[in-house]
Amino acid sequence: MKLLVTSVFFVILTFCKTDPGKDKAAAGETSLADFPPKYIVSNDSIKVDVYDFAGFERFLYIKDNKTYVINFWATWCRPCVAELPYFERLQKEYNDKGVEVILVSLDMPGMLEKKLLPFLREKKLRSKVVVLNDPKQNDWIPKVNTEWSGAIPATLIYNKENRAFYESSMTYEELENNLNTLNDNR
Amino acid sequence: MKTMKTLLLLAIVATMSSLSAKDREPGYDDGYEIGDLATDFSLKNVDGRMVSLSDYKEARGYLVIFTCNTCPYAQAYEDRIIALDQKYKKQGVPVIAINPNNPEKSPKDGFEAMKVRAEEKGFTFPYLLDDGQKIFPKYGAARTPHVFLLEKTKAGNEVKYIGAIDDNYQDEASVETRYVEDAVNAMLRGKEIRINTTKAIGCRIKI
Repeated sequence: MKLLVTSVFFVILTFCKTDPGKDKAAAGETSLADFPPKYIVSNDSIKVDVYDFAGFERFLYIKDNKTYVINFWATWCRPCVAELPYFERLQKEYNDKGVEVILVSLDMPGMLEKKLLPFLREKKLRSKVVVLNDPKQNDWIPKVNTEWSGAIPATLIYNKENRAFYESSMTYEELENNLNTLNDNR
Repeated sequence: MKTMKTLLLLAIVATMSSLSAKDREPGYDDGYEIGDLATDFSLKNVDGRMVSLSDYKEARGYLVIFTCNTCPYAQAYEDRIIALDQKYKKQGVPVIAINPNNPEKSPKDGFEAMKVRAEEKGFTFPYLLDDGQKIFPKYGAARTPHVFLLEKTKAGNEVKYIGAIDDNYQDEASVETRYVEDAVNAMLRGKEIRINTTKAIGCRIKI
C-alpha cells in the first residue's frame, strides 16, 4: 500500500512539473519567440515554426497583460482564408493596444512547403503565423475548447482573466465586438 | 517498481481520458446524441437512384458518413472509407456516404463532380447529395468527414458512435486507435462501445 501511495505521489509530481515558460509569462512580458517549436519549415525568405500540441499549448495560456486572438485556419479552408484580412486588420489596429493575433495553420505537413510558405510570401501577413501539426486531434481539440467540434475556422480570444471561443466565421465588426466584449469585462 | 509505476500511470491516464469523455457533454453540436434515433432519408445517389436506409432490409446497422469531394481531410480518408465498406458491408453494416455541401458555395462538390469522384475512386458504396441540405443538420454533422454509426433496432436506427474514423488522418500506418472499427465490432458483438464520441479537425460544411 505504501508503495502504491509513493508511486501515485511520484506520478502526480511528474505531471505537475512546472513549466519554465509559464513562470516567465507570469513575470510580465512574454516573448512568443521563446516557445521552442518541434521543427521549422522555411524557404529563402519565410520561416514558420511547427509545433505539436504539447509545444503549442502554452500559446493558449499566456498570462501577461495582453489579449490574444488565436485563429485556427488552413490554406485549404476557403472561409478561413476569406476572414484572414479581418484578423490582419485587427492586428494592425489593436496591436499597440495590447492585442496579439496568432494565426494557427492546420495545413497538413506535406502542404507546408507547397502551399503555406508560398501563401505567406504572397500575402505578407503581419500577424504571427505558427503551424500546429498533431494528428492526435481527439486528444487536443477538447483542450482548446470542450465545445469545439473540430471544424475550422475557429477562434479563441483570451486574456489572463477571460476566455471566449467562436466556432464560426466572423466579419471584422463581429471580431472587433467579440474582442471588446471580452476586454470590457475585465 | 517500474512495472507498478507503469501500471499506475496507465490507470491514471485511463481515468483521465474517461473523465474527459464524460466532460465532452453531448450536444456539442445541435444534432444527435448517442442513443438518439436517427432519421431515414431519400437522397439521390451518383447512379441516379434514390437511396434510403430502409432499402437495406438485411442490414444490422449503417455507417452514415458525411464527406465530400473537396476537403483535404475527406480526401485523406477516401481509401479508408472504401476499406470500411468492404469490411463491414458483408457483416451487415454498409457505408452510406452523403455529401452535405451546398454546390452553389462549393462548385466542385456538385452532383456531376460527385459522379466523377465516385468513378475515379471506385466507390463501392452509395454517394448521395444532401440536396437542399435538410439531412446533415438533423444529424448534427459539422464537418467532413463526420461518421455516424447507426444500429438497426426495433425502435429505429439508434446512434451508437459519432466522430472520426481513426486517430491519424496523416498516416494510416501510424493509426493507434481505429475508432469506427472498434465501435462497429463492439456493436456487432453486443458489447459496450468504449469510445463513442470523438473529435477531429475537418472542413466546415458549406451552407
